[in-house]
Amino acid sequence: MWLAVIALGVLAGASGLLLGFAAVRFKVEGDPIVDKIDAILPQTQCGQCGFAGCRPYAEAIAAAEADINQCPPGGENGIIALAELLGRDPKPLNPENGVEKPKMLAVIDEQNCIGCTLCIQACPVDAILGAAKHMHTVIAKECTGCELCVAPCPVDCIHMTPIAQTIATWKWTYPIAETAVKPPVAEVAA
Amino acid sequence: MRFRTVTSPHILAEAGVAQLMRRVLYAMAPGIMALIWFFGWGVLVNLALATSIALAAEAAMLLARGKPAVAQLNDYSAVVTAWLLAVALPPLSPWWLTATGVVSAIVVAKHLYGGLGYNPFNPAMIGYVVLLISFPREMSTWLIPHGFGQPEAVTWSETLRAIFGGVMPERFAPDALTGATPLDVLRTQLGLGLNVAEIRNSPVFGIVAGSGWEWATLGFLAGGLWLVYTRTAAWQIPVGMLGALAVVATVFHVVNPQRYAPPWFHLWSGAAIFGAFFIATDPVTASTTPRGRLFYGAGIGLLVYIIRGFGGYPDGVAFAVLLMNIAAPTIDLYTPPRVFGARRE
Amino acid sequence: MSGLFAFHGGLKTVRHKSESNQRPIQLSALSERLVVPLRQHIGAIAKPLVQAGERVLKGQLIGQPDGYISAAVHAPSSGTVLAVDQQPVPHPSGLPDWCVTLETDGEERWIEREPVAYQTLHHSAVRNLLRAAGVVGLGGAAFPSAVKLNLSGRSERLGTLILNGAECEPWITCDDRLMRERAAGIVAGLRIMVHLLDPREVLIGIEDDKPEAIAALNAACAGTGYRVRSVPTRYPSGSVKQLVKLLTGKETPVDGLPVDVGVQCFNVATAYAVHRAIDCGEPMLSRIVTVTGRVRRPQNFEALLGTPFAELIAQSGGYQDGVERLIMGGPMMGFALYDDRVPLTKAANCILAAGIENLTPEQPALPCIRCGACADVCPADLLPQQLYWHARAKEFDKAQDYHLFSCIECGCCSYVCPSRIPLVQFYRYAKNEIWAQEKEKQKAELARQRHQARLERLEREKREREAKLRQKAPPRADAPAEKSSVETAVARAKAAAPAAAEAAETPAAND
Repeated sequence: MWLAVIALGVLAGASGLLLGFAAVRFKVEGDPIVDKIDAILPQTQCGQCGFAGCRPYAEAIAAAEADINQCPPGGENGIIALAELLGRDPKPLNPENGVEKPKMLAVIDEQNCIGCTLCIQACPVDAILGAAKHMHTVIAKECTGCELCVAPCPVDCIHMTPIAQTIATWKWTYPIAETAVKPPVAEVAA
Repeated sequence: MRFRTVTSPHILAEAGVAQLMRRVLYAMAPGIMALIWFFGWGVLVNLALATSIALAAEAAMLLARGKPAVAQLNDYSAVVTAWLLAVALPPLSPWWLTATGVVSAIVVAKHLYGGLGYNPFNPAMIGYVVLLISFPREMSTWLIPHGFGQPEAVTWSETLRAIFGGVMPERFAPDALTGATPLDVLRTQLGLGLNVAEIRNSPVFGIVAGSGWEWATLGFLAGGLWLVYTRTAAWQIPVGMLGALAVVATVFHVVNPQRYAPPWFHLWSGAAIFGAFFIATDPVTASTTPRGRLFYGAGIGLLVYIIRGFGGYPDGVAFAVLLMNIAAPTIDLYTPPRVFGARRE
Repeated sequence: MSGLFAFHGGLKTVRHKSESNQRPIQLSALSERLVVPLRQHIGAIAKPLVQAGERVLKGQLIGQPDGYISAAVHAPSSGTVLAVDQQPVPHPSGLPDWCVTLETDGEERWIEREPVAYQTLHHSAVRNLLRAAGVVGLGGAAFPSAVKLNLSGRSERLGTLILNGAECEPWITCDDRLMRERAAGIVAGLRIMVHLLDPREVLIGIEDDKPEAIAALNAACAGTGYRVRSVPTRYPSGSVKQLVKLLTGKETPVDGLPVDVGVQCFNVATAYAVHRAIDCGEPMLSRIVTVTGRVRRPQNFEALLGTPFAELIAQSGGYQDGVERLIMGGPMMGFALYDDRVPLTKAANCILAAGIENLTPEQPALPCIRCGACADVCPADLLPQQLYWHARAKEFDKAQDYHLFSCIECGCCSYVCPSRIPLVQFYRYAKNEIWAQEKEKQKAELARQRHQARLERLEREKREREAKLRQKAPPRADAPAEKSSVETAVARAKAAAPAAAEAAETPAAND
């Protein structure tokens, strides 16, 4: 009887020490879950989720103040990745936040630009170049396609154009389609 | 000029799934012929019955699952399952026994788990084990082997009446028609305290193992070697299984020859050879890495010996295969080949 | 196999070499119009140097290499530039790419050609000449050769230089004919490579189904110390890592290059191109290409880059009936083309007009039966089956755990698969997706940093403005209280920085 109590006591004590040690040794700094969520978000900074950028949305998800299906640029893949990270079930994109679209690029019609700098102020990643009363242009490499510059333009000279596929960006497709388009063949092998 | 495009490679080897499956069927032919010679037409009737039920069950399941039935029926995989099971059934089994086994194999073990390629357990062995557990008496009434055309051999009409009418031929005394299998004899008589040498004098034994049985085994060995030669079956599995069985049997036999049968007896008895080349090598349920297959085969060999020697059944190939089926994914996980250019361990 | 080190797996495939290797290499007729792609190599696309209407000479530089991994492009003949625009090119996507279209004048007027005595030059000078001549690997990958010939960063002396004449793919015979007819030129180019790389030994690997080529190179190598090694005919012995293993027994590390184990490997045709560039002063303007399959006279051509495939086919007597697929490259690794109106490029070693009897009819894929035939033939010792499951399920991390990127896409696994699963296609898809995701991630990271920088800038500007206001305001009796209220305002602004950014009420001074 006493032996059992002592043995269990020692065991419990040892486990406690081990856990305590582990808590100190493997302590994680900061709030990594926000970083992890932020890493999945596409960093478009478009605000379609209802937050002022990707980081605030990530913080809201981590604090359970926002759902995982509010990011249209991240799309289905993004939702699946978030669901996997947070151990939740994926759900369809909330239509209130927008729809998933192919990636776009903002292009300024330079003939019509009046140099008002409004789009420059709207761009969340400073991807528009220009100065007051001078023509502006979009740095294509840095544009996230967030569309935030479109609305402020007083002369409607900014258009979103789909990013054209080139040989450099072309990808091999998922092969299932290849077999699916064929009619079922009766003879499998001669 | 415009052309259709399809991705490379543009040429493929000739052997498709159907061809591989047909090769298995061809390879079984010599052994089956020996079985027919010694056990009569019942073997053939079982095969035909099992094949037709299997095809019907397969077609029904494919239709029910919305798969292209015609294309997939042509892959012969259901026929292979049917044959593997039919060969393992007693030659005068009632038709419902065969039907139960085949339906368990095709419907439950194969299609309920996702069909060809997705079943974790060997369907034929699931069917066999279901029968063995549910109908132990029917499963152990084997005919006593006789040569073809001899007066003791069961005739066509007697066979049909036995299988479909449930009427055993009346002209034989019960003991003269059916008897225990050689491994069964060994097991029961060892239990009675006899030693191996004494038991071996029993008439059910022939030159190496069971009389009559041993010729069928020879036939299956020939077919099995051809399968390995044509690379239809992976050589690692039979080598691993028979090797392990031989090693354990040798060890025990050397320690106590009175109590434990010699290795050649174990290799040549029961379903060891048939299992090693035809059952364990079912690719879907076996291990897939080269080293893993050796382990997988060895595991089966070891389990066969343990079940035969210490378990509750005279032969253990079916159980051993099913048990190793469970282990196959784990084996694969731990036995990947060394990738070209990876550091050597 | 004495002295050879077999690699795992591989296949015996149909050969179909004799259709095209019986006729000597024929100079193809000059095309009226040459479409020269600016991207014929691995690496950055060349920058065009000409404009429509400009007259160019044969061999004149029309595309400048952009960066270190890039290659120069030259006018293959003299004439007038018609356009610099996007044109159809031989690529599996069927997408157009930037090309210089040339109307030839038939005069073939050359630029000044200067043969160089390479022995008198510094290594880097020879490499620059090769770079200026646009020399890339002609085995199919088209990697800029000057890069591979630069070992200046390595401390150890190169162990082995291998010349690859294996040509293991069925149907292709351009290297076979080149070796038979121009062995001396190949060895001359090899000498230049040896001069640059200073290897301990030089090996030439040729599959043993090409005895004439072996004899020709043996004769040409007499007295040089270069050794010609016949290797067994087994696909894919011509794959670089496999050939290196076969000849030296050395395995190239998973994430490495042959040079990491002291071996460098070039195609025989590349050696010939090096010879022409240095000893004749000719930039890379043409290549040998096999035109075979269901054409009336299968043969090899020495054709100018930019020559349309259709014209090469016409010069081979045209199509026979029943051409099912037009393949650039061999049937194992080549890709099918949508159209024959695409130009010859440096990477095009073969044009195969495949008839139905030369192809395996398309069949629906059956479920994988885990037979493991794929693993048996994989020359990279992979588990193609596991790669397939993970690629199919889009579990790219796990596919990479199974060394997806060690796959050389040789096609052996697809070839033997009894279920007819397009395995290689799955791997290509998975690789492309992983690369694309990587690019996306980099782009997202850039956006994150830029957004962060913008927030900090707005914050800083706000603080500066407030500081200015404070300076301007006259001192008052209750100044301390005022100051503290400003401080709290700053703190508040700090906390609400994102909101402030969103409100965007601050006048921008973005310059």
